[in-house]
Amino acid sequence: MTFLIQGATLPDGTTTDLLVDGGVITETGSSLSANGATVIDANGLTALPGLVDLHTHLREPGFEQSETVLTGSRAAAIGGFTSVFAMANTSPVSDTAGVVEQVASLGTEHGYVTVRPIGAVTTGLAGKALSEIGAMAGSRAKVRVFSDDGICVSDPLLMRRALEYVKTFDGVIAQHSQDPRLTEGAQMNEGALSSELGLAGWPAVAEESIIARDVLLAQHVGARLHVCHISTAGSVDVIRWAKARGIDVTAEVTPHHLLLTEQLVRGYDSRFKVNPPLRREEDVLALREALADGTIDIVATDHAPHPLEAKECAWDEAANGMVGLESALSVVQAAMVDTGLLSFADVARVLSSKPAEIGRLAGYSTAFGIGDHANFTLYDPTVSREFSVDQLHGKSVNSPYLSRTLPGQVIATIHDGYATVLDGELVDAATVAASAGAARG
Amino acid sequence: MRHLLSTKDLTREEAIAILDVAEDMADVAGREVKKLPALRGKTVVNLFFEDSTRTRISFEAAAKRLSADVINFSAKGSSVSKGESLKDTAQTLAAMGADAVVIRHQASGGPSVLAQSGWIDAGIVNAGDGTHEHPTQALLDAFTIRRRLHGGGARGRDLDGISVTIVGDILHSRVARSNVWLLTTLGARVHLVAPATLVPIGIGDWPVTVGYDLDAAIAAKPDVVMMLRIQGERMHAAYFPNAREYSRQWGLDDERLAHLPAASLVMHPGPMNRGLEISSKAADSAQSTVLEQVANGVSIRMAVLYLLLSGTAEL
Amino acid sequence: MTARLVLQSADITRALTRISHEILESNRGASDLVLLGIPTRGIVLARRIGEILDSIEPGSGTVGFLDVTMYRDDLSRNPTRAPSPTQIPAGGIDGKTVVLVDDVLYSGRTIRAALDALNDIGRPRAVRLAALVDRGHRELPIRADFVGKNLPTAATERINVRLVEVDGVDEITIEGE
Repeated sequence: MTFLIQGATLPDGTTTDLLVDGGVITETGSSLSANGATVIDANGLTALPGLVDLHTHLREPGFEQSETVLTGSRAAAIGGFTSVFAMANTSPVSDTAGVVEQVASLGTEHGYVTVRPIGAVTTGLAGKALSEIGAMAGSRAKVRVFSDDGICVSDPLLMRRALEYVKTFDGVIAQHSQDPRLTEGAQMNEGALSSELGLAGWPAVAEESIIARDVLLAQHVGARLHVCHISTAGSVDVIRWAKARGIDVTAEVTPHHLLLTEQLVRGYDSRFKVNPPLRREEDVLALREALADGTIDIVATDHAPHPLEAKECAWDEAANGMVGLESALSVVQAAMVDTGLLSFADVARVLSSKPAEIGRLAGYSTAFGIGDHANFTLYDPTVSREFSVDQLHGKSVNSPYLSRTLPGQVIATIHDGYATVLDGELVDAATVAASAGAARG
Repeated sequence: MRHLLSTKDLTREEAIAILDVAEDMADVAGREVKKLPALRGKTVVNLFFEDSTRTRISFEAAAKRLSADVINFSAKGSSVSKGESLKDTAQTLAAMGADAVVIRHQASGGPSVLAQSGWIDAGIVNAGDGTHEHPTQALLDAFTIRRRLHGGGARGRDLDGISVTIVGDILHSRVARSNVWLLTTLGARVHLVAPATLVPIGIGDWPVTVGYDLDAAIAAKPDVVMMLRIQGERMHAAYFPNAREYSRQWGLDDERLAHLPAASLVMHPGPMNRGLEISSKAADSAQSTVLEQVANGVSIRMAVLYLLLSGTAEL
Repeated sequence: MTARLVLQSADITRALTRISHEILESNRGASDLVLLGIPTRGIVLARRIGEILDSIEPGSGTVGFLDVTMYRDDLSRNPTRAPSPTQIPAGGIDGKTVVLVDDVLYSGRTIRAALDALNDIGRPRAVRLAALVDRGHRELPIRADFVGKNLPTAATERINVRLVEVDGVDEITIEGE
């Protein structure tokens, strides 16, 4: 499969043609000749390296009513992603080599994105005993990121052991920071609004105190730590302090925490119910600033699909989570690029090269040089659309952006040298699976 | 009025209008035939996901006095406790032709979700949702205060300049919240008294003053003291050490009753924990409005149902 | 819209005086008479008739008011109506002769509602109706016992009754083509 991309604007601002053949970029320059390649007119489009989501919930095995590896991969591809890291809170939990190998091979077979399973830190996510981290690291799935996400590894001794043990395998613990005792029954950010609405509060200190403890533990044992979905200004301060002391910590923020505030909870529409919860305007601004200055290293979606009945009910009964793969790039553009805080070169860093580095995913450190793997997306930042259900391509529709106007659209995505998205539409599953098979040789 | 979900949304004019209609409804109780035909042929459903015999009976009496048909649906032992969702329950009621749904739900915001959902076309009355609001309770409390203060001349009046002290578990109380919004809308000055653990975060934004000292609050000679019920579960979650300490610090005992001006009202939404947050003497004193509150509840609920159900359906 | 003056202040006073005498005559005196005005202007008229009765036979003008909003047959067809107060005089209506007083008698539905309201309050010995104006077009078999003025009108016309206590002036006008 060969492609000629004409006139794409790279993240550094230069315009170039790209020739893709055999899964790599074979030529760059201007006015390249097609020679039978499929031509994609990329004039006015921004080329970004394939986005890498370090935090996605693909729900398979066990929760296929919400999403499967196939549907989640498709949602990722239309969002410009070429790789996703799949969280471990499946059923059975991804705490053995068997389950992670299954998830990885489903991803490979469907072919839309490179699926990297995340392994659970503790067996069954129960927080009691370490799972078979070594086995998962050595499996075909080559797991390097370990997380009990959804649940906090709250036992300090267990967290210390986990941090130490993953060093053996060049792994990293990705912590969902939430002190369980301070957040029992919590429904939304704790503050004046939660008091008014009569919803149990999720105080910022429950996140910040865990991060503070974990960075000190990581320093003490000399391990890498990754902090999932930070949501408060206080958490930013802790991360900043830790980095200044040379602690090896990385942090991620979700697109929704860069754009949405707790005011949306008025009206009790549970599309806005998420964990960690939407916070105040001050927190949103602090998170944006931190992403711009590098205190926060990456953006990760925390794509969390749920079926209709899990959201069409009273707030207390509703499930936590929002889908986010399809809207991520648009939301980052709205919150960070259009506000002048990030350039597209920075977007390439926070949504592609840096998450790949944290997850030890090869092939994403450089993107548009000759010989580089062909994993990229072509994005039109000039369009503006009202986000609708038509733009969701996973199984679930629990998006907080429905009826909101968002900028940008992915026009094409190339994964391992073949197309998963063309002309703004997903390529059909059979074709993609065949291309994937061919690319594997 | 399409729904009554909260007192926060009521303007001063709307609130006074409801209180005034309730005056007329109260007169019905004194007649030989305690019925009005205004809601004949309308169906009111009491949809109670949380147990509450008192409030449910009050709404039932109100609906029946207006000649409406009443259907009672309580969660215990019903399809709901077997897992039927709010959505399915609502659609079933719609199919059965409910004109109004009086809903008490354990989740804050439950009635709002129902009202905005499009699952049912009926008028929705919030009979208490989680720790959020209990609008008819606040309305009957305001009505009681107004009547005690102005007697037959209460029509058209607000509560300008009246001082009300609310004591107890403010954090978990929907009655407190609804009262704070309504009383301040009607011009009253509201002071809250509670241990610090039971004062909500962000209370600085509310239009009230807050204190921890009940004796100081009583020394300020409030026109009304409203005691809230303390629930046993709170003791297990370490909000205060035990009942004895709570009662000593924040209970309206006989001594505090004696320090209260004779003209001050003692109110309680019920049911009361006699001896815990309120002494028997206080509960049974001439200043106590507890029984009137119950009677006034029917009048207020008649007014609310009338305003929701008579007249053309607003778009 | 032209408004034609049909009754002035003096005409109204004369009509009310005559009605008062007729009430006393048909009731053979003032015993057990209760006047109930129908809001809004019926109340004013009931008070005036009550004063006139008092001047003829002191103590005979027992006056109250009867709100019929809850008994209307068109509640669902119009925007929500706020009710007005009802005040039944201390002696009640059981065994009394109740005289309903209203300003304009038209379709008769208001009086039908008033009869239903009375039914729920007690059992009068008799119910009579005094109307300042009877404009015809009855939709129910209801008639007034005491009429101030018969004013046949077209359905498209409007009768406006203004009374000093409510409108600052005493007059009755007809508006319309």
